[in-house]
Amino acid sequence: MSKVLLDIKNLHAEIEDEGKQILKGLNLTVRAGEIHAIMGPNGAGKSTLASVVAGKDGYEVTEGSIEMDGKDLLELDPDERAKEGLFLAFQYPVEIPGVSNINFLRTAINEIKEYRKEDPVSAKDFMSMVREKSKLVELDAKLASRSVNEGFSGGEKKRNEIFQMAMLEPKVSFLDETDSGLDIDALRIVAAGVNKLKNENNAVVLITHYQRLLDYIIPDFVHVLADGKIVKTGDKNLALELEEKGYDWLTEEKAL
Amino acid sequence: MAGYTEEELAEELKNQEYKFGFVSEIESDKIPVGLSEEVVRIISAKKNEPEWLLDYRLKAFKIWEEMTEPEWAHVHYEKPKFQDISYFSAPKKQYESWDDVDPEMKATMDKLGISMDEQKKLTGVAVDFVMDSVSVATSFKEKLGELGIIFCSFSEAVHDHPELVQKYLGTVVPSSDNFYAALNSAVFSDGSFCYIPKGVRCPMELSTYFRINEAGTGQFERTLLVADKGSYVSYLEGCTAPQRDENQLHAAVVELIALDDAEIKYSTVQNWFPGDKDGKGGIYNFVTKRGICQTNSKISWTQVETGSAVTWKYPSCILKGDNSIGEFYSVAVTNNHQQADTGTKMIHLGKNTKSTVISKGISAGVSQNSYRGLIHIGKNATNARNFTQCDSLLMSDRCGAHTFPYIECNNNSAKLEHEATTSKIGEDQIFYCQQRGLTEEKAIGLIVNGYVKEVLNKLPMEFAVEAQKLLAISLENSVG
Repeated sequence: MSKVLLDIKNLHAEIEDEGKQILKGLNLTVRAGEIHAIMGPNGAGKSTLASVVAGKDGYEVTEGSIEMDGKDLLELDPDERAKEGLFLAFQYPVEIPGVSNINFLRTAINEIKEYRKEDPVSAKDFMSMVREKSKLVELDAKLASRSVNEGFSGGEKKRNEIFQMAMLEPKVSFLDETDSGLDIDALRIVAAGVNKLKNENNAVVLITHYQRLLDYIIPDFVHVLADGKIVKTGDKNLALELEEKGYDWLTEEKAL
Repeated sequence: MAGYTEEELAEELKNQEYKFGFVSEIESDKIPVGLSEEVVRIISAKKNEPEWLLDYRLKAFKIWEEMTEPEWAHVHYEKPKFQDISYFSAPKKQYESWDDVDPEMKATMDKLGISMDEQKKLTGVAVDFVMDSVSVATSFKEKLGELGIIFCSFSEAVHDHPELVQKYLGTVVPSSDNFYAALNSAVFSDGSFCYIPKGVRCPMELSTYFRINEAGTGQFERTLLVADKGSYVSYLEGCTAPQRDENQLHAAVVELIALDDAEIKYSTVQNWFPGDKDGKGGIYNFVTKRGICQTNSKISWTQVETGSAVTWKYPSCILKGDNSIGEFYSVAVTNNHQQADTGTKMIHLGKNTKSTVISKGISAGVSQNSYRGLIHIGKNATNARNFTQCDSLLMSDRCGAHTFPYIECNNNSAKLEHEATTSKIGEDQIFYCQQRGLTEEKAIGLIVNGYVKEVLNKLPMEFAVEAQKLLAISLENSVG
């Protein structure tokens, strides 16, 4: 079996100010070369999971552990987690006026390289990387020199997330509802990009509401997250079943 | 700013304290504290001034005595004790040429990053260096002289070009304009003078570097810049002072005159000592800056204000000539206990006059940052246009951002636009950057630089880089 890249054990997390528990003992093991899909009803804790893994402020982990490639993520700041190879494609990518995509990414890449004690990327290599990777998601080269996400359409923002993922070459990527707000063409492009980036050394966790995305990115595992826990795990057929039956039968089944 | 990378910025940031806080051991000639008619006469005599200038000073002193300090600004501070300040301090030696300059003085300039030797080799910027009350050295004089450009200390100009000084001094900022302008007119000691002849495009940036060194002194410099018909000049001004517990007063007057078809670009990076983190010490920066535009001319003010304990400053344009243009681009940063009340006045008098105001305030710590602006449209100013945008960025929840826009419109053909935003630096923006591998400090630096980019782009390249570093230093550990 291939190596474990992400290992989440018995994760409990709550919203800091409210003390409201969102994750209630979640377990998830992701190995190199795998694609996992996490589905589930609204409010089940899907986005919270992504935020907690990435280290966003405002959540407190009260129990459990998250390890990535052997490193304890909970010990690390958000930027250190990113430097260790964690990537989160945001559900709502943030605009940073006045900062060009290129400047942003070059800064990020060089920060990551410095952390890994590698030489900074040269301007020439960086630009050829930009050209190559922007093709992956058919991102207009002009967008690369515009301010980060500013004035981008919804679809462009999502493609820009995958473009960044391509540039940063992470070990583990969480894609938080990357399919939401995409029309069918944009969805195909984004999915094709993710498929091309996928290899035997990295892993992808897709958080989604809809089976639709999984027609294009075929998951190895589908998990149902309900009430802060993974309540069922299956293969891609589980997604089709969910599409048909909804989530109620699972939460009821569990109650029985 | 493509040439300047984030890595270089990070390197600079390691030296995060106010790095200009040193004091140079230079022998100086400082007159006793206090202000009286006698002191005004002493200053004038020390500078061996002609009668007309002494009269000008004495008149201003009489006006000042009648005036009271303005209190309308949104700042609170202990008023300077005008009788406890020494109004004149000069490095003792006078220099004939750069080679004679005191090594200690040269070292000071090196520390400030303005090496005249370097400057000589690079064709870049001509520098006038003003320490405490007098101008120390001016570079590139000969080269500029070939084009008929006069760039020298104010005192030299009084002696060598009295007709120009007498013709323009006080024409834009009369002594009676305000309390500090009156004070400056009475006791100003030196400053820079610049004249660009008709049709000449000044081939290099002209720059004055102001430095307060002596304790217990005030600095009152005077800048007069005349761009004759059809000429162009870009002028830069930088300021630093040692770190002291006392509050020192800086009350300068800058007058710009743009004759027909002339253009003046005036940039300032102000980094006077802001006081320590508890608000002790720092410079009171009470400055009057104003320019007058004749027909088809243009004056553009760009300022990056990061220093001073209290700033009170409104670089303004009188758009007297038809089709003249005034611009004001400002970044004002306040941190810890700093207070700034800054903005501009655009006085539209001529027809088809246009003005643009872009103000970016950044407040951190427990500081208070105010934008105050007046757009005045005179009754004859047909088709006047103004666009004002003023944005405030809050870095903490204990600081304040205030906006006081005034509009006086006496002509119905005018078009005025005003846009304003106030936002707190986004935690979601910071997190987004962090998730891509940037530390929190880096993330803030990047976001802030993006926010002020519109203004920094207006600065000459060397200054833009300097300003970018300054902003990052001023805002270290400021999010809360």
